[in-house]
Amino acid sequence: MSQENRIKGGLIDREKSFNFTFNGEVLQGYDGDTLASALLANNKHLVGRSFKYHRPRGILTAGSQEPNAIMEIGTGAYKDPNTRATITRLYDGLEANSQNHRGPLKFDFMAINDFLSTFLTAGFYYKTFMWPKSFWERFYEPVIRNSAGLGRISMLEDPDTYDKGFRYCDILIIGAGATGISAALVAAESGAKVILADEDFLMGGRLNTEHNEIDNIKGNEWAKQMIAKLATMKNVTLMSDTTVFGIYDHGIYGAIENRYLEARNNNKPRQVNWRIYAKRAILCTGATERPIAFANNDRPGIMLSGAVRTYVNRFAVAPGKRVSIYTNNDEGWRTAKDLTDKGVNVVAIVDSRDIEPVLPIDAEIFVGTDVVNTKSRMAISAIKLSNGKTIQTDNLAVSGGWNPNLHLTCHHGGSPIWNQYLATFVPGNSKTPAGLFVAGRANGTMDICDAIIEGHKTGLNVSKELGFKDVNLKPASTDSKPYNITARWSVDSGKDRAWVDFQNDVTVKDIILANKEGFNSVEHVKRYTTLGMATDQGKTSSVLGVGIIAENLSKSIDDTGTTVFRPPYSPVAIGAFAGRRRGKEFSPTRFTPTHSWADEQNAIFVEVGMWYRSQWFPKKGETFWRDSVDREVIQTRKSVGICDVTTLGKIDLKGEDVSEFLNKIYVNAFAKLPVGKTRYGLMLREDGMAMDDGTTARLSENHFVMTTTTANAVNVYRHMQFCHQCLWPDLDVHMISVTEQYAQYAVAGPNSRKLLQKVVDPEFNISNEAFPFMGAGEITVCNGIPARLFRISFSGELAYEVAVQTRYGDSFMRALMQAGEEFDVIPYGTEALGVMRIEKGHAAGPELNGQTSAYDLGMGGLVSGKKDFIGYTLGLREDLQKSDRMQMVGFKPVDKNALLNKDHSLAGAHLISLDGSPTTEDDEGWISSSVYSPTLGHYIGLGFIKNGLKRKGEIVKAVDLARDSEVEVKICSPHFFDPEGKRLYV
Amino acid sequence: MIINHPLLGPRDSEEFVYLGSAELINRPDWQNETAPEDFHNYQYIRENIAGENRELWYHEQGDQSWLVVTRNTLTHEISKVELATEVAKKMGRTK
Amino acid sequence: MGYSAFQILKDALSGYKGLKPAWRDAEPKDGGYDIVIIGGGGHGLATAYYLAKKHNITNVAVLEKGWIGSGNVGRNTTIIRSNYLLKGNEPFYELSMQLWENLEQELNYNAMVSQRGIMNLIHTDAQRDAFIRRANSMLFAGAGAEYLNADDVKDRYPFLDMKNARFPIKGALAQPRGGTVRHDAVAWGYARAASDLGVDIIQNCEVTGFSIENDKCVGVKTTKGDIKANRVGSCVAGSSSRVMANAGIKLPIESHVLQAFVTEGLKPVLGNVITFGAGHFYCSQSNKGGLVFGGDIDAYNTYAQRGNLPVVEDVCSGGMAIMPMIGRVRVLRTWGGIMDMSMDGSPFIDKTPIKELFFNGGWCYGGFKATPASGYCYAHLLATDNHHEVANAYRLDRFKYGAMIDEKGVGAQPNLH
Repeated sequence: MSQENRIKGGLIDREKSFNFTFNGEVLQGYDGDTLASALLANNKHLVGRSFKYHRPRGILTAGSQEPNAIMEIGTGAYKDPNTRATITRLYDGLEANSQNHRGPLKFDFMAINDFLSTFLTAGFYYKTFMWPKSFWERFYEPVIRNSAGLGRISMLEDPDTYDKGFRYCDILIIGAGATGISAALVAAESGAKVILADEDFLMGGRLNTEHNEIDNIKGNEWAKQMIAKLATMKNVTLMSDTTVFGIYDHGIYGAIENRYLEARNNNKPRQVNWRIYAKRAILCTGATERPIAFANNDRPGIMLSGAVRTYVNRFAVAPGKRVSIYTNNDEGWRTAKDLTDKGVNVVAIVDSRDIEPVLPIDAEIFVGTDVVNTKSRMAISAIKLSNGKTIQTDNLAVSGGWNPNLHLTCHHGGSPIWNQYLATFVPGNSKTPAGLFVAGRANGTMDICDAIIEGHKTGLNVSKELGFKDVNLKPASTDSKPYNITARWSVDSGKDRAWVDFQNDVTVKDIILANKEGFNSVEHVKRYTTLGMATDQGKTSSVLGVGIIAENLSKSIDDTGTTVFRPPYSPVAIGAFAGRRRGKEFSPTRFTPTHSWADEQNAIFVEVGMWYRSQWFPKKGETFWRDSVDREVIQTRKSVGICDVTTLGKIDLKGEDVSEFLNKIYVNAFAKLPVGKTRYGLMLREDGMAMDDGTTARLSENHFVMTTTTANAVNVYRHMQFCHQCLWPDLDVHMISVTEQYAQYAVAGPNSRKLLQKVVDPEFNISNEAFPFMGAGEITVCNGIPARLFRISFSGELAYEVAVQTRYGDSFMRALMQAGEEFDVIPYGTEALGVMRIEKGHAAGPELNGQTSAYDLGMGGLVSGKKDFIGYTLGLREDLQKSDRMQMVGFKPVDKNALLNKDHSLAGAHLISLDGSPTTEDDEGWISSSVYSPTLGHYIGLGFIKNGLKRKGEIVKAVDLARDSEVEVKICSPHFFDPEGKRLYV
Repeated sequence: MIINHPLLGPRDSEEFVYLGSAELINRPDWQNETAPEDFHNYQYIRENIAGENRELWYHEQGDQSWLVVTRNTLTHEISKVELATEVAKKMGRTK
Repeated sequence: MGYSAFQILKDALSGYKGLKPAWRDAEPKDGGYDIVIIGGGGHGLATAYYLAKKHNITNVAVLEKGWIGSGNVGRNTTIIRSNYLLKGNEPFYELSMQLWENLEQELNYNAMVSQRGIMNLIHTDAQRDAFIRRANSMLFAGAGAEYLNADDVKDRYPFLDMKNARFPIKGALAQPRGGTVRHDAVAWGYARAASDLGVDIIQNCEVTGFSIENDKCVGVKTTKGDIKANRVGSCVAGSSSRVMANAGIKLPIESHVLQAFVTEGLKPVLGNVITFGAGHFYCSQSNKGGLVFGGDIDAYNTYAQRGNLPVVEDVCSGGMAIMPMIGRVRVLRTWGGIMDMSMDGSPFIDKTPIKELFFNGGWCYGGFKATPASGYCYAHLLATDNHHEVANAYRLDRFKYGAMIDEKGVGAQPNLH
């Protein structure tokens, strides 16, 4: 029978009927249902299995605190494991499947664990599975891992998208129940910019689930009208289905908005991760009910009493046909009344307090009585009372009292404090996030009448404090509903088990055993038993656990304390945190000005930091990367090649004191650099280690331009700003990064000058005499395009770097290539660039790795002893000056054919003497960079070896155990090609 | 966190890069007899204050100014934000 | 009482009547101790255990300001590995790995040392060269290492994003002996074993100062009164600067917060530990089923055990960048631990300028994996006055001489290590 438990009323739209499936069975529900309410309407109580004992589990709650009704929703790549049915809004076609069982839900094979539970108590795994030693990884652990875990993920890429959003307000109100709405009304009226957020898709909080009269209308009607009123106000933003999950520093709130209904099948974001910047916030998140621990209190059909009211009142679902109540506070009686009002049969009310009946209810009434046990594994059929009576029942509504949802007040390290009258924790006073106020049940104000007044007052005070106008608005009126409770934590369960944490299967016995073993701190108990570590993070179990520990150790609850509440308040999808930053959008992408042109040349691109650079340019017939790279090197050295070096950091410096400034940040002298010249410079960190190298040119008396390596462009600029602003603020220096403003190309090779002469405007003489090696100047090219020309060489050839404004970058590359046609000019990529720099022995990234000093790099000669510069003093420390430090030298294989048939170079190999062995003690150094040199016809390498500068000519072994190779190499000068540098000066 | 930039107003700390203690402004004199010891302490030894800490933040995604931010390392509360250049000058740094 | 399957059976059948505390909850002895260890975390408890076990020094107290294991041993991402580059580090971490491998039998406590392997992804040629260098350091030290090319990686982990990644995966450096350990159990296991050998474990006992006479430390002042000691060893990473300031000692350390994350439980997804080299993300799956992951530190000095959203989002996008199938997996809990970030990224196990006062700290975010060797080597130093050979480089004054152990090569900036 369809929806056999559906009763009259409720806030559901009976006009809109939906089909959904649970474990393949097609069922019906209505718009406005949650998956949980729709399942209950169809009399589905058994919805899952617990984590450890695989006990049958039914729906316990009606909110985000649900520990039991968690399931896999959706299929294929859209499958969401561990999804709480209690907060999943029903939609047409929803597919839900229960999880964590082997075989059908009703006959879970793993339920064998339940019968072995005597042996599987808290911490049992720390005491066993140790023998034999090798069995842990091979046998025990795989078994444990396979039986642990809850839902399954699809292992497919998440097809949904997630957005990030930013909102700003004066007052953020978290929770749109009676308290939150009251606060929002007055705050909004004051003119403050207000955001009202609620985790439920229907605002109103418990006004939608209880019988209240507010301002003489039904509570849920009042909520609806007030929300409608707020919605019309321009200074109010309503955010339903939005969970504020965390409070971060300085009034930053993280919130997740669910939009899965809108997102379905139309590629819109499934969730939005909001960062809300709020001057003040008011926490009106209400309270969560807790169970009482008695024997077999975990059976399907046992629910929290507030949840029963929710299902009856909001969702028009009867939780059973013979309902019983077990309570230690007045609210259980309200559940009974709401049920009988709706015509649901209440068979018994059991109150652990010895009191007069709170409300007149037509049912058997037992006061000063406890429920001591329950019957029937798959669904409760009866309860046994402490007075010996047994009562047949198919639903037990339990109320152990209400715990304020104060989690967010603790996100900055605060602890809640115990309130014995309420038998629960209320927000503490210290380490509360600045700007956060608490009102209503979240603050321990349990009576709705008081809560509304508190919400109103807090809204008013916060608005006034922020300078908004005083508002003459009265709080809504309602009848007082007192909340009286006498703590009841657990009932002796004899040989049976009484559950505290329903998902993780932590029972009262586990807590007592943990205490026996010395795990007395509440944190120790949590970690030893896993109490409160399930997907609900202990929302229903934590305070109950604390009560039981305190009782067992005869300590006060104050002294027992709580575990730490941490964000997120409810679990947040990793995809939502990541937002759009995934796939190709993981990091920004930077293209050089020649990117489109290079793409036309079929260039292979490579990621260099955020940049894409051309790695090589394959020609027709070239099938292997080395074919292209070797050709590029050979052709450049033979005639001319062009390489886009735009990615180098470029810094423009102006001012009277620039040369003095450069003197302070470079190891070598810059004070007397003439106009029209460029100079190589090495920069150290203050600790004396090489930081970066590059060139700086003096374009005019007070105008310089610096280049840095691609990798360090940002760091060097930041460092220079630090040096200027913090160390030498009075120097007249102005600098700006122009990396993106200039396209820069290396034109290298014997014909580079001839090529350039065709594009440089004729009034500029760039002959060898007029523009010698290390010359620099501002010129024009291609009929008046401003450009900068530097005669510098990384390749070791006659070479230039020429820079034009970025917007000319593409056309200038095309012009250069056209001008070079007669010289068979070729473009070359980063691989050929790397080959040529290693052939020339120039240090680059692998050598400037932050572990090497100027001396280690063979550049001790550059270091000036006559001036202060960054890194000078600490660079002189004794260990950095030791002659047996590893120094950079070159390496050539003794057998020139070595590695030719392998697919790797010498890079990464470690160096040992010929009679050494591959051990840490014998390790003398390593190869940092290595390539096949087409110029020389064999592999070459740069690397570091102890006392290397004095060991030239010695043969050592380059051992690469990781790739199973060992090559005898001769230590040599790092300058493999044209060591005298003659080619630079022609 | 939000840093109230003296020129630009409140900015999210995501726009900034953190360096460390503002004591790094106090770079020693290389010609002091005790320079090796001074530089060692300057570069390596930290007060590592549990409480109000003066520290250097760089507005990399903004105006590229270095700031001295007074921030409590126990609570993260920021009580003062100054331009590092002005602090440096007050501390006697010149050329 | 020894732990065994038989004992569990016996206990169970007797209704667990005979259960005893795993360790004795001691109060300070009036006569004082030969050695007092400050800090009841993994390192402190391990130190006490090895003092008793290897050096027969049992008149030892471990002082813990809260509950044992409440520091970083209880709030890390549980990874163990010995995949270091530099000579000053690699043999030390390899000793630690060997101690992990025998830990359960040594302690008679199952800390679930699980060597399911760790894998660092490679994304560029330069990174490959650097990882080959590291792999060879590991192989030279006998730690084992395996270089995987892109196809190997794809075969083993088909869920990794090999086609649409911003930074394509070009290979990986694996250490098959790496893995994870049940972090809390390490503290409990060492505590139980040390306690059995006579060590006093004193909880809720915060050290507020040192008793120093003529530049010699003779005891500590605590919230449970003064405690005499012939020798005192501080072992409080995260609080090192605060504790040592009581002895007038300033350290080359800054405190920073490292956030960590765990998701809801899932059926097995990930067998080993994966580290994303081009982003800031590393991940494993606990035996309970949660993905445990982390990334970079928050980058500003702090003593608050909590971080902020930028790093949360950064870490999660790192995860999505390589494992896009985890988008719908929910983060259950985020937390922060305070790291002793040292000036070169490497730790200290050393004497101090004050006689009989010793220091262990500066573990950055590598302290958990170091726990056994840290305890072993610190005990060696405390017992013999000599540095253990594998920890010989961990000197407090190494920066004076320029003997940095800078694995990352980022210099004296703690938040970059």
